[in-house]
Amino acid sequence: MRIAACIKRVPITGGRILLTDDGRAINTQHLGFTMSPHEECGVEEAVRLIEANKGDSVVLTLGPAEAVEQLRDAMALGIDRAIHLQTDGQEWDGEGTAAALTAAIQADEAANGRFDVVFFGNESADSGGFQVGIRVAYALGRPCVTGLKKVALDGASVRCEQEVEGGRDVYVVPLPAVLTVKEGLNLPRYPSVPGKMRARTKPVAVSSPARPEPRVELVRLAVPAGQGRRAESLGSGPGAAPAVVEMLQKAGIV
Amino acid sequence: MSLPGHARCVVIGCGIVGNSVAYHLTRLGWRDVVLLDKGPLPNPGGSTGHASNFIYLVDHSKEMTALTVDSVRQYKELGVFIQSGGIEVARTKERMQELTRRMASACSWGIEPTSLQTPAQVKELVPYIDESVILGGFYTPGVGVVDSLRAGTLMREKGQAAGALHVAPKTEVVGIDIEGGHVRRVRTTDGDIEAETVVITGGVWSPRLARMAGTRIPLTPAVHQMIDIGPVPRFRGAKSDIEHPIVRDMDTNMYERQAGGDLEIGSYAHRPILYDPEDLPPVEQAALSPTEFPFTQADFEEQMQHALELMPEIVGDETVGVKYAINGILSLTPDGMPVLGESPDVKGLWSAAAVWVKEGPGTGKAMAEWMVHGESEIDLHSSDIARFHEHQKTGAHVRARAAEGFNKTYGIVHPSEQWASNRDIRLAPFHDREREMGAVFFEAAGWERPQWYESNASLLEEFGDRVTRRTAEWESRWWSPIINAEHLAMRERAGIFDLSAFTIFDIVGPGALASVQCAALRQMDVPVGRVVYTPVLSPSGGFKSDLTIMRLGDDHFRVVTGGAAGMSDKKWFRDQLVMGAELTDMTSSMTTIGLWGPRARDILAGTTSDDISNEGFKFGTCRIIEIGTQRVLASRISYVGDLGWELYVPIEQGLKLWDTLWEAGLPHGLAACGIGVYGTTGRLEKCYRAHGNELETEYNVVEAGMTAPRLKDEDFIGKAAHRRHREEEPAATMCTITVDDHRSKSGEKRYMLGREPILTSRGERIVDRKGRGSYVTSAGAGPSLGKHLLMAYLTPEHAVVGNQLLVEYMGERYPVTVAVAGATPLFDPENTRIRS
Amino acid sequence: MTVLVLMDESDASRQTLTLARRFGEPRSVRMDAVRPFAPDALAAALAHAADELNASAVFAAGTERGNEVMARLAARTGLPFAANCIGATPGNPVEVTRLRWGGSLLEEARLHSPRPIITVAPHTVPADSGPAPVEVDLKPAAGKDLVVHVSDHIKPSNGGVSLAEAKVIVSGGRGVGSKEGFAIIEELAGLLGAAVGCSRAVTSAGWRPHSDQVGQTGTKVAPEVYIACGISGATQHMAGLKGAKRILAINSDPQAPLMLNADYTVTGDLKEIVPAISAEIRKHR
Repeated sequence: MRIAACIKRVPITGGRILLTDDGRAINTQHLGFTMSPHEECGVEEAVRLIEANKGDSVVLTLGPAEAVEQLRDAMALGIDRAIHLQTDGQEWDGEGTAAALTAAIQADEAANGRFDVVFFGNESADSGGFQVGIRVAYALGRPCVTGLKKVALDGASVRCEQEVEGGRDVYVVPLPAVLTVKEGLNLPRYPSVPGKMRARTKPVAVSSPARPEPRVELVRLAVPAGQGRRAESLGSGPGAAPAVVEMLQKAGIV
Repeated sequence: MSLPGHARCVVIGCGIVGNSVAYHLTRLGWRDVVLLDKGPLPNPGGSTGHASNFIYLVDHSKEMTALTVDSVRQYKELGVFIQSGGIEVARTKERMQELTRRMASACSWGIEPTSLQTPAQVKELVPYIDESVILGGFYTPGVGVVDSLRAGTLMREKGQAAGALHVAPKTEVVGIDIEGGHVRRVRTTDGDIEAETVVITGGVWSPRLARMAGTRIPLTPAVHQMIDIGPVPRFRGAKSDIEHPIVRDMDTNMYERQAGGDLEIGSYAHRPILYDPEDLPPVEQAALSPTEFPFTQADFEEQMQHALELMPEIVGDETVGVKYAINGILSLTPDGMPVLGESPDVKGLWSAAAVWVKEGPGTGKAMAEWMVHGESEIDLHSSDIARFHEHQKTGAHVRARAAEGFNKTYGIVHPSEQWASNRDIRLAPFHDREREMGAVFFEAAGWERPQWYESNASLLEEFGDRVTRRTAEWESRWWSPIINAEHLAMRERAGIFDLSAFTIFDIVGPGALASVQCAALRQMDVPVGRVVYTPVLSPSGGFKSDLTIMRLGDDHFRVVTGGAAGMSDKKWFRDQLVMGAELTDMTSSMTTIGLWGPRARDILAGTTSDDISNEGFKFGTCRIIEIGTQRVLASRISYVGDLGWELYVPIEQGLKLWDTLWEAGLPHGLAACGIGVYGTTGRLEKCYRAHGNELETEYNVVEAGMTAPRLKDEDFIGKAAHRRHREEEPAATMCTITVDDHRSKSGEKRYMLGREPILTSRGERIVDRKGRGSYVTSAGAGPSLGKHLLMAYLTPEHAVVGNQLLVEYMGERYPVTVAVAGATPLFDPENTRIRS
Repeated sequence: MTVLVLMDESDASRQTLTLARRFGEPRSVRMDAVRPFAPDALAAALAHAADELNASAVFAAGTERGNEVMARLAARTGLPFAANCIGATPGNPVEVTRLRWGGSLLEEARLHSPRPIITVAPHTVPADSGPAPVEVDLKPAAGKDLVVHVSDHIKPSNGGVSLAEAKVIVSGGRGVGSKEGFAIIEELAGLLGAAVGCSRAVTSAGWRPHSDQVGQTGTKVAPEVYIACGISGATQHMAGLKGAKRILAINSDPQAPLMLNADYTVTGDLKEIVPAISAEIRKHR
């Protein structure tokens, strides 16, 4: 079995987001980086599938040189190797990202065989474009199911559960497939120290695709005005309980 | 609650130090204390919030150990201390030797119990260790873990309950106003506070706060890496935060401790990663906290391997994950010690910075005592903010030394070890001459001072067996037998010394006499031209310093003190200035050459036609003499116990004076002598005490054997206490001790270097009635005596000449004998040489 | 000019219309036009309809389904797609403002496209009050576009109150301390007929299932009252709270971000306060 997981390096934001002077990016001077939370679950699912079925797992990313940290993180969790589509740090739109990933997946498949599943996060934590996985699926001509909270491989098909209002919708699609997943699909493991040590020596194939002109072109970012809630203290300690209940009564809850 | 408009004291920073300082100030009776932090409570986001919170008790520094021990006492009283024990493990033979040194320090500072453990014994205490990678361990059962945030909260609550403390979180200081050299006002985001005193306890932000007041706190934020792995199967169901001893893997600069169900692994092994205080993010922009920076995995690669080697059962477990990893930010200083005390630049502005959790409450208490009573119970001279010379406060120096010191956090640091970075800052005018003679330079206050001269190797032949050699590598490090040969050359002929590192300041004006009288124990109303060596006492009658003062005119005194204590002595004297007195720093205006030995007069006579006979130029006097075209201030005193002078000239004339003396000295066999002679061998033979060794605030004049026949009538700091000391039986007496047998079990001769415990002949610690243990305050050769000499305070029953005792060194005990109880010199007890 | 809008009966769809009208006369395609739901078939139908009508733009609400179908439409037609916009001005390029970071950040962008494909972030623009657009007749779907279709539906097993629809949520954070610590949270939720929520720290620690997680990568909620117990309030969590009418925060740290962004606060130990509130409610029974 061959499984791929696509991830994106994103900053870990704090209580307030600070922008760069030109307003075109987040000021990450004080921030660490991670992969998007949904993608952590995609990586975890890929690792579990290979643990259960044997085979080969690959993690892909399109991102700056530093994104190799997130590739190593994924390999520390058990992914076998990485493909790094290195950028100069400029933002790529969803179309460009999908095209580069598609080309990389096709090239790898030509050499090593078809991926049974390519995992994506449902959307990235930062740009939230909701499209890269779907675009790759269309380009590869494979079925794509999105927003998954459960994935079960069954022979040549995969049963998927998508969270919707009032329950879950079930899809069963044939393999190979592209699946976009959401946090909650599984509880990702923490990397073990031996896992981290193994990750250091796992192979990372690096290439630098050309960046097409984005058609969703970022002009600038802005921090929205705060919600401006003004906290009213109902007191402190257990003695505040009557005031809380009074508030709930006014709200028509009790 | 709005901010008070006025405060007796504003404490800026709610980490462990700020909480402790504020609490102890209120405990000592101060009211209207305001404690601010720009961050929220209970964790405002500083280093306290992410500290690993464990406390090892033993440090080679007496001061640091005392602060730590007092902190543990306070943490226990607050109920936030969990005793776990701690083991420092050794992977190398060199480290095993270091652990015996730690045993000795533990004994010297009274940390009991401690023991050396075999690998198997370590395995019993820490069953998840791979004992095959270690050679042994140093076990301190008293080691433990604290909840430093909880401790801070409890201390704040005590201060608030007393109605003496106002706490204001989320209040950022935006300015500190100074008027007439005194702190006046703290400006904050919530309004201004008129403040009589201000304490900066801002941890890594302290330099930024100091700059607001126009002064400097020399520290740098630096990274300490820490990861948390778990859940550890063995720790499942752990009932407390820690149930196994904390392990310090000294040779890899790492530690491992249980933290509930997890294992915390910390490192000081990575490259030094320093930040500017301005680089720290505001609270609301930080992902975790402003002092928890993103983990840089690349700096932790080797450390994972090392942790895996030591604790494979846990670290190698595939089910145990890295749950948390940070680059925690802590404070580093250029010399590794905290930055405590009142700013030398701004009256009323105090610093308590670069303090770690392990010494936080003790530091808070000591600081409060210092602020309220004028001194602390624990002598803080090594931490005094006033210790820094100007160049030592520059960013470049702080960064260079902090970077160099970082990887020595768990290092094996030789007592004489020299810094490699940022050298050649202050050079004597005759520095090139010294270099040509093969001087080996040691640093003092930034000055490069010859410790010995390699060109004097020829003296080794001359003095043959009278020069003691050392074979053990440890004692040979930063040392040369040439020092002893130079010493003998001085004693037989004469030596010339570079004394440029002296700190020199003049006190002038109609108030000069009153000012120096106030600071000096000895009578300063002496005839013009007299030189007085005097202790300077703390309010409780301990030693603040010891130094010499020349009376150059009715209203003109010149104070000469060592480089190390120079800056804090200068602040001390400045603080005692009365109306009509001014202090001027002359350090960089003058250079000093010492000329001593039986031929010193003959040599000097060859350069001057002034009367320098014993009658014409008495011991203890000073005056201008002409040497060629140079007018030289000659001062007839000696710290090496021989005939001779200190010679002062303007710095640009120093080279000329050196050359003149050298030329005149050659026919007399003049030898250039290093500080090895001046600072150790020369003074030890004469039983002269040194500040920071024998002389600390914890010991008094009577105990040091330096009581003058009569007490001067004039008032001076510490007089009342000193009078009391004169009347009571001393709890201890300074003694000089000789080593009877240097042979270790292996047969190799070993030579103590200082700070070793002195034990009774039965091997018991000697503790005086004030609770102070006996240890070697100074150690070194007495080449003229052919003995290795030790100094130590001993209790009255042991301070008896001929009394046989033991000294513990490198895990073995050596017989020693008390040679002098008190100050009578071993060499030339009648002092005929200096007075001839 | 005609603009095509993928719609259902929701408020979000009526809000979408507000922006869509700027691009022309809206015609609608129903979200449930293909049953069972088959997103590729819906996207294919939309593509066909857009060509037929020569639509100037295609809009949908920025719901999970809206974003999904628009992304498929974009992939199928080779056009760019801007998700979760809160503003869009026609032109060449189209100027849009869209949400990033779950709404913690705004992006101004230029959409270079002959036929802009846009979703409108729910609850960010006023609802349209104009006449309902005329529905478009759809072309039947081809077989390959039906490969991905909903073949079954699972109802929530426990029958508890779902987070997304709950009127009251009692939510716990790291401050709850342990899995067992949630007993008092569940007790209060039971008394209030509320759903239980939690922060990401809690799910990461394995104390609660991810289905309870409120936030950017959990569930976005819109209750009448949100009671946050021991939650500090990272942006990740706050991104899920934008729809809450009233927030009550209980925390020992009065300076926690959530305490500063709440409507009501109680300072102190939640382990004492939460049971006290439960007891007080029982008194009123």
